[in-house]
Amino acid sequence: MNEARRTGRSLPDLGTAAKGGGLLLVIVIAVLFPQVFTNPAVTNYGVLTLIFVTCATAWNIFSGNTGYISLGQAVFYGSGAYAMGIAARDWHIEGTAVFWLLPFSGAVGAVVAVPFGLIALRVRRHTFIVITIAVFFIFQLMAFNFWFTGGSSGLNSPFLSWPATTYNTPFYYIALGYVAGSVVIAWLVRRSRFGLQLRAIRDDEDRARGLGVKAMRVKLAAFAISGTITAMIGAVWFYYINQVEPQTGFDPLFDLTLVLMVFLGGFGSISGAVLGALIIEPLTLWLNTQPAFSGSVSEIMLGAIFLLVVLFMPRGIIPTGGEFITKLRMRGRPAVTITGPASSTPSAPPVSSGGAR
Amino acid sequence: MTALLRTEGIMKAYGGVQALNGAAIAVEEGTVAGLIGPNGSGKTTLFNVITGYERPDAGHVWFGNWQITGLAPDKVFAAGIGRTFQLTRIFPRLTVIENMLIAAQSKDRPKNLLAWPGRDAWTHHRRHAMDLLAFLGIERHADVLAGSLSYGQRKLLELAYVLVADPAVILLDEPAGGVNPTLINLIGDRIRQLNTDKGKTFLLVEHNMEFVMGLCSTITVLESGATVVSGPPDIVRTDKRVLDAYLGADLDEETAGNEEGR
Repeated sequence: MNEARRTGRSLPDLGTAAKGGGLLLVIVIAVLFPQVFTNPAVTNYGVLTLIFVTCATAWNIFSGNTGYISLGQAVFYGSGAYAMGIAARDWHIEGTAVFWLLPFSGAVGAVVAVPFGLIALRVRRHTFIVITIAVFFIFQLMAFNFWFTGGSSGLNSPFLSWPATTYNTPFYYIALGYVAGSVVIAWLVRRSRFGLQLRAIRDDEDRARGLGVKAMRVKLAAFAISGTITAMIGAVWFYYINQVEPQTGFDPLFDLTLVLMVFLGGFGSISGAVLGALIIEPLTLWLNTQPAFSGSVSEIMLGAIFLLVVLFMPRGIIPTGGEFITKLRMRGRPAVTITGPASSTPSAPPVSSGGAR
Repeated sequence: MTALLRTEGIMKAYGGVQALNGAAIAVEEGTVAGLIGPNGSGKTTLFNVITGYERPDAGHVWFGNWQITGLAPDKVFAAGIGRTFQLTRIFPRLTVIENMLIAAQSKDRPKNLLAWPGRDAWTHHRRHAMDLLAFLGIERHADVLAGSLSYGQRKLLELAYVLVADPAVILLDEPAGGVNPTLINLIGDRIRQLNTDKGKTFLLVEHNMEFVMGLCSTITVLESGATVVSGPPDIVRTDKRVLDAYLGADLDEETAGNEEGR
């Protein structure tokens, strides 16, 4: 008992140190990864995984904080990719200069997010989800049918004359930069008054409005931030794989994968979104290379994982794990009892226990 | 004599049900006013109309000389009318102090959206919020998730975060409902204190007659969406129409049965 109490007391400091050390370790591993594993097949996993870590984090900034589940995030991903492709083609931009189009893609994402949000964010819950899916299909159809999108064959990116052996490495570091940027933005949002307003909307939007939260403006801002990041990373992905087609840029599975990643890791949790993507994306890529799981078998398996997560760990790894650790820390301490007000103001009668019922 | 908060001829129908049928109420500045009536008489609907959660079919709501009929809830709140709900509406997955800060941020327009709660501009809000939590006796739970509070504590929190924005008029929907007697006394004391020390105006809906009669200087009785009578407790208590409105029930009996309707 005594020992437990002592561990309980020292754990918080240990916890902070462990968190800091863990973060440092993750950064070191992430930075050194392409130096240690130089095989392009492996670094390819790295690049695609980091792209999805960014996407999941961006999705979580909006959906995780507000509780509005968007299944239209591919709209931004595809728009960013197409924006880069069309701009590079029409403005004759080639080579590494194409990377200067990334902010342009981001701006396109923001411009798309505003009308998209103004329509979709009028409604909540199921209706919101359905509208995001509808907008998603509208964008896919536009990509198929507009004169400037290349139709069903899509667009090819400008050629990069980098040697095949190290081709992935610059993309890896660009994607890592996006991971870092999006995590920092997610953290800033989380800690800010803006994030507090978003989470109030998640809990009770009408009440939040009644207390002066400008709900539409706040939701729209979060949606646009999320869309901008997603559009930029969509453009990185496009330049990396050298082409985009309507069904890959605007891929219905893209959003389902993001939802699975975030729900597995922890809905609304920054590290949860990162962790979920780190687990799911390599797993998907690996399953696709296995003959036994080829084709739709891997998709069926992902669906099965999703069901298991929703049934057995609906809050995700990080919140569930965090609760477990808190329980460990609290062991041996007196339980936190929530009692009625023990009033300190003189005029009030002393209240010994128990608010309510 | 002009009332701080006044409604005239408010009409509101839901389908075929006439919830409000010309309800009129006047709350003088610096008083504690009560609104009573049988279940379904339109008390909460009238609250919703005043605070902008429902738009009336006809009639006017006046706040001082300002007509606020049909304003959105956030505008009404910003104008200086705060309210609590019959079924308390707190933000369960925010901490108690975060609940308070949500209400506080409506007071000054956010200059820096990315400001950290608890830093800089937030510090004085935080201090003010903590003072109010202490005033209501729940400051020890500041960092607890609001969803883990007991029902009575949620009522206190809701009152606290309405107070944080410093509204001129506070509408309370059954502040004593479902709360133990000690807490009822505490809530009553705090309302009285805010009224006498800070000059806050209150309008409260309550079924607990003892609570209403002891606290309010004016009581308005609503029946079937219309005002039956309005006046000081002594007069209302003995008014025949009021006794009829309560289906002939003796008011003392009503006091004993204050749990009804929940």
